[in-house]
Amino acid sequence: MSDNDPQSGKQDPEEVEEASRTRAETSPVEEQSAAEAPADAEPEAAAEEPEEESLPAEPEGPALPPEHPSRRGMFGAYGGSGDTSGYGRLVVRDANPVRGGSTPRPWPEQLEALGDDVSAALQEAGGTDADAFDKVLVDRGQITFFVKREKLAEVARTFRDDPLLRFEMCMGVNGVHYPEEIGSELHVHIQLLSITHNRRVNLEVTCPETDPHVPSIVHTYPSANWHERETYDFFGILFDGHPALTRIQMPDDWPGHPQRKDYPLGGIPVEYKGATIAPPDERRAYN
Amino acid sequence: MSQQDVTFTPAGDDTDDPYAGVRETTEGPVYTVTGQDWDDVVGAAAAGEERIVVNMGPQHPSTHGVLRLILELDGENVTEARCGIGYLHTGIEKNMEYRTWTQGVTFVTRMDYLSPFFNEAAYVLGVEKLLGITDDIPERANVIRVMMMELNRISSHLVCIATGGMEMGALTVMTNGFRERERTLDLFELITGLRMNSAYIRPGGVAQDLPPGAVESIREYLRWMWDHIGSYEAFCNENPVFKGRTVDVGYLDLAGCMALGITGPVLRSTGLPWDLRKSQPYCGYETYDFEVPTRDSADSYGRFRIRIDEMKESLKIVEQCLDRLEPGPVMVGDKKIAWPAQLAIGSDGMGNSLDHIRHIMGESMEALIHHFKLVTEGFRVPAGEVYVPIESPRGELGAHVVSDGGTRPWRVHFRDPSFNNLQAVPAMCEGSMVADVIVSVASLDPVMGGCDR
Repeated sequence: MSDNDPQSGKQDPEEVEEASRTRAETSPVEEQSAAEAPADAEPEAAAEEPEEESLPAEPEGPALPPEHPSRRGMFGAYGGSGDTSGYGRLVVRDANPVRGGSTPRPWPEQLEALGDDVSAALQEAGGTDADAFDKVLVDRGQITFFVKREKLAEVARTFRDDPLLRFEMCMGVNGVHYPEEIGSELHVHIQLLSITHNRRVNLEVTCPETDPHVPSIVHTYPSANWHERETYDFFGILFDGHPALTRIQMPDDWPGHPQRKDYPLGGIPVEYKGATIAPPDERRAYN
Repeated sequence: MSQQDVTFTPAGDDTDDPYAGVRETTEGPVYTVTGQDWDDVVGAAAAGEERIVVNMGPQHPSTHGVLRLILELDGENVTEARCGIGYLHTGIEKNMEYRTWTQGVTFVTRMDYLSPFFNEAAYVLGVEKLLGITDDIPERANVIRVMMMELNRISSHLVCIATGGMEMGALTVMTNGFRERERTLDLFELITGLRMNSAYIRPGGVAQDLPPGAVESIREYLRWMWDHIGSYEAFCNENPVFKGRTVDVGYLDLAGCMALGITGPVLRSTGLPWDLRKSQPYCGYETYDFEVPTRDSADSYGRFRIRIDEMKESLKIVEQCLDRLEPGPVMVGDKKIAWPAQLAIGSDGMGNSLDHIRHIMGESMEALIHHFKLVTEGFRVPAGEVYVPIESPRGELGAHVVSDGGTRPWRVHFRDPSFNNLQAVPAMCEGSMVADVIVSVASLDPVMGGCDR
């Protein structure tokens, strides 16, 4: 950014734009010098500074997402504005349904029937929805039961054996890491399929990073064996009761669990005209 | 066993050479077979224990890529079989988290390299479901997607049959299979510009429309395939050697398939007509007229016959696709998702069409800005997660796509049928002969690129 000329009353519009863009990414010290530009030079540019200070601490609407580790980069606006360009002033709200509460009924017709069948099956097994699930999420025509961690093994058995449900096949187990969700950073996502009733259901279990234990469902679904090993390999989630929980994709002596968001990505120490290539998570990014 | 019983002579003077000779480990002596030394190894083995553990692969020509089979042998009989995988793990899922949603297509097409269009379709259907534009995909784009997937199913089954035949010594099946597959890949090259790894199916539609002459080429291909597909049946169906190698080999019944999560031709060889194109249709498959071939022998022979029959059904579907191709767009109308450029094949390969370059460089600054923002930044996908399964040539290929509302995937995971189906190797192979392991694994049709990702 070229220094603003205090003597001149007019500014090149391009220069102003560049100045405001640079301001979003520079340190406060540099911001100070940028704010020294004369107030009459460009009303918009001058008005920006006080407006930023008077922004409400918590904008209206759902809570802003906590800072994601993936949202640190070479440039981009941080601290909750969600601005991607430096001048858009967009606010990204936390609309992730995974972090919300249960989806209130009514659901789509087929999922209503499935929900009723699940309640009936759980009652038959001597439990209730509230005992077994933290919440039930219906999103984009798919239903996900957030199962309480300690209940997973018996819930899986009920889902497989109850004649109303008959989810005979477990299609896969997968992990997701949400480092900003304190206390439930690691999610396990299980996909079940019922050939009898031709329908699908997802189970999700959460566990904290500090206690990454989840009951294994291999004794109910032998097909989960390799999928749980893969989830352990990539996320470090320990499936209690798994017959042989070892790494499957990475070498046996590999340190760390690569799919976690805080896993260091390294970088390529290739020098080109004095610069090196940053690791992918530290390169310029828009989200 | 004591050291003096070993008659095996190391290949070189240096006994520390890990690539030849014999070395002692805590598990007993380990022999490295390098070729031309079989008599020595047999002599050494005969002098020692009966129990031999053989590492077959990951660089063995019969194991369909870098699959490592760990076989415990009693003579020629396999008493225990395990798989070692991960030799082709390339971190595709992790890489995708640092690219835009559209760039992800370029990665997933490289996973299961024999069925790239299925990888693309599963991922793209997941992204479209998150975007909520599943119903907005133009009809022509859906027809082209179905057509490419079915052509891909044919080429994938041809490789399965060809390599499976080669491993049994049926070399003509191999040469013919690769000849027909090459004609399929010629079509892919004509339509997408690349034989493999096309990145053709994109979020919102397909990358570009069919080029001039494509429909005629496909019709000619169909005539060729109908003429030649019978040759595999003529070679194999009643061939006593082929039947001797495959009938009742690699047996896995319905209960075993259910427990192990096996889908695709292996599941249909037990008699269950489970095909997601019929049971949970996508891309408009419910409007096409085709059958789901099944057999009830639950063995390698049945799976071979199913694959031949499925290729014929795919040919029928491609014919129907050609009949219902109407002129129209191949990308959604939403300009915030659809890439602005139409690609064209120029003298220097695939690139943006010259008309588009002229428009953005000479006529419209806004179009240039829009192009730049959409291509570098990408579009945002609303937060949420979906699991989208499709029927790949090997079974259920599922994409678990998670978005946090940004321009990049938060997590994408593929439930690859090769990965899951290889769990059936112990159930299929234990108790059989070593030679049957090759046939059993070939009937599973694992592709390690998809298995390891």
